[in-house]
Amino acid sequence: MAEKTKDILFGPIFDNNPIALQILGICSALAVTSNLSTTVTMCIALTAVTAFSNLFVSMIRNTIPSSIRMIVQMVIIASLVIVVDQFLRAYAYSISKQLSVFVGLIITNCIVMGRVEAYAMKNPPLPSFMDGVGNGLGYSFILLCLGFIRELLGAGSLFGHQVLPKIADGGWYNTNGLLLLPPSAFFLIGLLIWGIRTWKKDQVEEDTFKIKANTRVSDAF
Amino acid sequence: MFEHYLSLFVRAVFVENMALAFFLGMCTFIAISKKIQTAIGLGVAVIVVLTITVPVNNLILHNLLEPGALAWTGVDALANLDLRFLGLLSYIGVIAAIVQILEMTLDKYVPSLYNALGIFLPLITVNCAIMGASLFMVERDYTFGESVVYGIGAGTGWALAITLLAGIREKLKYSDVPDGLKGLGITFITVGLMSLGFMSFSGVQL
Repeated sequence: MAEKTKDILFGPIFDNNPIALQILGICSALAVTSNLSTTVTMCIALTAVTAFSNLFVSMIRNTIPSSIRMIVQMVIIASLVIVVDQFLRAYAYSISKQLSVFVGLIITNCIVMGRVEAYAMKNPPLPSFMDGVGNGLGYSFILLCLGFIRELLGAGSLFGHQVLPKIADGGWYNTNGLLLLPPSAFFLIGLLIWGIRTWKKDQVEEDTFKIKANTRVSDAF
Repeated sequence: MFEHYLSLFVRAVFVENMALAFFLGMCTFIAISKKIQTAIGLGVAVIVVLTITVPVNNLILHNLLEPGALAWTGVDALANLDLRFLGLLSYIGVIAAIVQILEMTLDKYVPSLYNALGIFLPLITVNCAIMGASLFMVERDYTFGESVVYGIGAGTGWALAITLLAGIREKLKYSDVPDGLKGLGITFITVGLMSLGFMSFSGVQL
């Protein structure tokens, strides 16, 4: 049992990562990673929502009529997101402003809906909760990598504290502005996927068809 | 007045492109862009749904949720109510309901379009671009007219982006990509380059 819980919890980080393999939840992943404090807030918010929506849906999974299950799931998720949104507005207003619409968009984040539909509807509450935390961690892992690289190289700081002294302030580090712009997130995530797949060969996608090698001169005649 | 709307439209399509500048609707954007045909179908569905949902959510916000919005009921207790915290729940409800109604209407009156859109209609409910457009409308305080234009513009921009990506990916099949980058990886890098291209629109002013 202990072994299984560990699998459920840590499997999604590398082996079955929601972003790198399942293509879920990319939408909000990219837009909030230009500095670490918003990234961390987003990770905590998403992990909490995924874990608790899994828990609650799993508790009532036997009483939900299948014809209206989407609506029921949506209502549970939306209520949790409203709680998170109100909490952030009350205790971390400036971060909540920076995240703007992306807190609300946790509702339509495919990770939450996907895990509820695929896991919580079929499993008891405790494993479902663990599965939610695990997938939240997988998402957080990618986001924190992106946030770390983008803020460190883009602005020379971490969590807003200057780590690499900028040339503008008399230091030596020339900031790379591209990393603060949206497109850099795509490049970084592409490279990260490349890294994970070089390490875990079984995740490499099959070709739709093989490309024939160029004909050598000696074969042609 | 017309110029204002035109500028809002152009901004929504190019400068603030839903997919390439705000990363909204990315999951479907990456997953369903392997063929041009299906990409166009999905794009059209998104335009239709956005054009309807953004204005409807605008009406709901102004007539039900805002403080003082319930004054038309004539009850004092209701007139001072601030229901904006229920926003998220009502927007997603409206979107789910409208997609469902649209599906039934199309099935009955325009079966050809219904068949063409197929499974994409129900999928649209969980497309972040739809929800995102409604939330942007709230955040930027659009009037009813502006929200109609913004809905059409945001939809068109998203449809344009997914069609372009599908075109590139159809050609990409024939290229020799390193093993680890195949499929998802190279798609991300392609989208990054497209997004970089779209950034050159950011100086456009009308």
